[in-house]
Amino acid sequence: MSAPALLDTVHPLETPEGITLNLRVAGPLARALAWAADSLIKYGALWGLLLALAFLGQGGFGLWLIALFLTEWFYPVLFEVYADGATPGKKALGLKVVHANGTPVDWPAALIRNLLRAVDFLPAFYGFGVVAMLSNRHFQRLGDLAAGTVVIYREPPTTTPALPPGPALPLGAPLSPTEQRLLLDFAERGATLNPERRAELAELLAGFTGLHGQAGVERLQAHARWLMGEPS
Amino acid sequence: MKQRHFEQRHAADWRTFAATLDRLEHRQSAETAAPLPVAELPGAYRRLCQHLAIARTRGYSGALLDRLNPLALRAYQQLYRAPQRRWPVVLDFLTGDFPRRVRAEARLFWLCAALFYLPLLGMAVAVHQTPELIYSVLPPETVADLEAMYAPGPRADARNATDNLAMFGFYIYNNISIAFRTFAGGILLGIGSVLVLLFNGVFIGAISGYLTARGYAETFYTFVAGHGAFELTGIVLAGVAGLKMGWAVAAPGRLSRLEALRRAAAGGVRILIGVIALLVLAAFIEAFWSGNRAVPAAIKYAVGAAGWGLVILYLTRAGRRAP
Repeated sequence: MSAPALLDTVHPLETPEGITLNLRVAGPLARALAWAADSLIKYGALWGLLLALAFLGQGGFGLWLIALFLTEWFYPVLFEVYADGATPGKKALGLKVVHANGTPVDWPAALIRNLLRAVDFLPAFYGFGVVAMLSNRHFQRLGDLAAGTVVIYREPPTTTPALPPGPALPLGAPLSPTEQRLLLDFAERGATLNPERRAELAELLAGFTGLHGQAGVERLQAHARWLMGEPS
Repeated sequence: MKQRHFEQRHAADWRTFAATLDRLEHRQSAETAAPLPVAELPGAYRRLCQHLAIARTRGYSGALLDRLNPLALRAYQQLYRAPQRRWPVVLDFLTGDFPRRVRAEARLFWLCAALFYLPLLGMAVAVHQTPELIYSVLPPETVADLEAMYAPGPRADARNATDNLAMFGFYIYNNISIAFRTFAGGILLGIGSVLVLLFNGVFIGAISGYLTARGYAETFYTFVAGHGAFELTGIVLAGVAGLKMGWAVAAPGRLSRLEALRRAAAGGVRILIGVIALLVLAAFIEAFWSGNRAVPAAIKYAVGAAGWGLVILYLTRAGRRAP
């Protein structure tokens, strides 16, 4: 497995079985959106509770203050420990919190990362947190650094894209696994590109196929079908 | 082997495996009607790892890797997760681990106690000598409120049960939030924790010095006696938890700064859990006992002294014998 490209946010993780799992860490924007969604939920719920408890007078206000305390500090902790690493906001954005070694986050780590929010939030709107996130590879804010956690994308179940139909054509020379994968990826992702872009990419291999434009694209797709093992 | 053939051969296994993971992740009892028995999960996981490694070395397509990688990751998380522990672990912690951890931080404890009690005593003496000094730390309105609150004699705003509940909520929210910020502020080289300790020492000292000078000593001390031991010790210990982190960042020793921080945070947060227990107890006493003026002063002081005795005994003796 080649190292991830420099621009990628992939955090490779070697397991005891000797394989590398790829975690995709989430950046400040997705996390800020998740935080905003969580804030709406939290303060919406607290506001509703305030209206309901107003009927109980002073004592109700005391209960509300306890609810405020629990929500402010423990809302993220409880969700991260008991709801698979994700508050509702994170879930909506497809994020989850895990230990840097990929395992689900436990109580002490969830407590640390969420109590240190108080410092990450300083001097205003996560100033320290953003600076910390932008100065390390895994977008960890101070709380994540102290707790040893990362926020990653929970990958949705992917549906395998089909190769475009057509004949299969054997390759004249063997390709390295990386080259082979590149060719397959080109064919699989073709449907998400427009014809001009497909032709432009195929043009990079014009020296290999000896063909230009749409003919080059079709030749590469035919090779990909052969690599995949489709009948010729 | 071509990719298509490889996929056809293993697709059914992967589907069964994914269905098993779905079931485990949704915490349904894994034994009933799970596609794979739990005992077969590790073997199935190792086979999947092998498939993933084969797919990579043979240069199979990105789409296949994108399908196998999340599956392997989910299984890894199921197999390597820390065991879920139940609530009694908190009791075990409070009866043994917490006081042991506090004793292990004896030096930090005395440092934090000094940072808190020295300004407290100094300010109390200074304000007792020159009561006007109080205005250098508190605005006049607050001082007036304090005087009204602790003036001897029947109070105009006698507290009843629901007021007590309101105050309980307030103490929980306010005091424990302060403890959390004291801990969190420790990551900034300990500066945040030190500042909170100093400020709280100064304020509490100034207020007690002032009220004593004004002759409100009895109403003030009968109020604070009951919960003082738990609350003041809680504040100092929150400082210990925070400074532990700050010290690790400033002087990591043989570890990398990050690793030192991680270990100190893990230790500090456990002390903080004990602090939460102390402060909840303090808030309870403060709300439902301290404000009760019907109790004679002697009993109030006796309860206060008993509280200190209890805290000292607990922190020095508890958890010494192996369970």
